[in-house]
Amino acid sequence: MMEKAIIMAGCAIGAGLALIAGIGPGIGEGNAVAKALEAIGRQPECKGDVTSTMLLGCAIAETTGIYGFVTGLLLIFVAPGIFIGKL
Amino acid sequence: MNVDINGARIFFTIPILGGIPITATIVNALLVTVLVLGTCVFLTRNLQVRAVTKRQVVAEFLVETAQNFVNGNMGEKFAYYAPFVSALFVSSLLGSLLSLVTLFPPTGDVSTTMAWAIIVFILITYTKIRTGGLGGYLKGFTQPIPILTPFNILSEIATPISMAFRHFGNIVSGTVITALLYWSLSVASAALIGLIGKNILVAALVLALGVFLLVKYIMAKRAGAGKLMQCVGAVACTVLGALGCLSQLDQCFTMIPVLQVGIPAVFSVYFDLFSSAMQAFIFCMLTTLYIANAAEE
Repeated sequence: MMEKAIIMAGCAIGAGLALIAGIGPGIGEGNAVAKALEAIGRQPECKGDVTSTMLLGCAIAETTGIYGFVTGLLLIFVAPGIFIGKL
Repeated sequence: MNVDINGARIFFTIPILGGIPITATIVNALLVTVLVLGTCVFLTRNLQVRAVTKRQVVAEFLVETAQNFVNGNMGEKFAYYAPFVSALFVSSLLGSLLSLVTLFPPTGDVSTTMAWAIIVFILITYTKIRTGGLGGYLKGFTQPIPILTPFNILSEIATPISMAFRHFGNIVSGTVITALLYWSLSVASAALIGLIGKNILVAALVLALGVFLLVKYIMAKRAGAGKLMQCVGAVACTVLGALGCLSQLDQCFTMIPVLQVGIPAVFSVYFDLFSSAMQAFIFCMLTTLYIANAAEE
C-alpha cells in the first residue's frame, strides 16, 4: 500500500513539474506576438503575411510546451500502471 | 463527481495477428473519410466548362484555394502536391471538429497524427534523395562539419515526432481542459445551489427577485426595450431560487448542473473551433515548407 502511495505521489509531482515547461512557450509566444504587432504597426499593409508567419512561429514555439504536456499525461495515465505492475 | 478523461474506446477486437483492436479512432476516421468523399462526389457531379451551378462554383473555389496555398508555399513545380495537402487539411480539420458533436476526435489519438507525420517524413526523405541523389542525401548529414552527424540524425528524427505530438497535444489539451471545466462547473453549481438552499428564506428571496426581474423584462419587451443580459439574469435568478427552494424538499436537486449551460460554449470556441483550424493549417504549412526545403538543398 505504501509503495503504491509513493508511486502515485511521485507520478503526480512529476506531472506537475513537467508542466513547468509551459513557461518557456508562454514567454516566447508573447515576445513573438509583441514583435508581430510592432511590425504590423510599422507596415499595416503586410498584416496578412505577418499574421500567418507569426502563427506558424507560435505553433513551433509551442512544441516544447506540448512535450511537457505529453510527459505530464504519460506520468498521470501511463506511468502509475507500469510501475505498480512491476511491484 | 469524477473527472473523466479517457482515450479512444475499443469497440471490438479482430482476432487475427494477435488481435487488432477497432477503436473509436478508426471508426471516426472512416466517418471523416466517408464525409469528405461524399462531399467531393456531391460537389463534382456533372461539371461543365462554364460554371452554371452554385455547386461547381464552390468546388472551383476550394480547388483554387488549395492550389494557391501550395503554389505560394512550394512553388509551381510542386503543384501536384495540392491534392495531398488539401486531403491532409480536410481530414485534420474535420477530424478535430468531430469533438463538437461529442464524438471522439481521431486527431486526439497519437496514432493518427503519427501516421500522417510518417507519411510526410517519407515524402521529405524521398524529395531529398531525388534532389541530391542517395550520396548527396547521406552527405547532407555530415554538414557543416562531420562531428555534427549525430545531431543531424536526431533533428531528422525529431521532425515527424514534433509534428505528430504538436497536433495531438493541442487537441488532447483541449479535451482535458474541457473535462476539467465541466467537472469544476458541476462542483461550483452544486455549491451555489447548496449555498442558496441552506436557508429557505434566502432561496425564496432569490426566487422572488428572479420573478420580479422576469416580469420587469417582459414588460420592457412589450414596450420594445429589453436587453438580452436582463433576460439571462432574470432567468438565472429564477432557476437558482427555484432549485434552492426545491433542495429543501430533496437533496438531489443540488445535483442539477445549472452553470454548465452556456459557459462551456465560450471555451469551446477556442479549444474546438480555433485550435482545430489552427492545427490543421499549421500541419499543412509545415508539410509544404519541409518538402519545399528538402528540394532546395
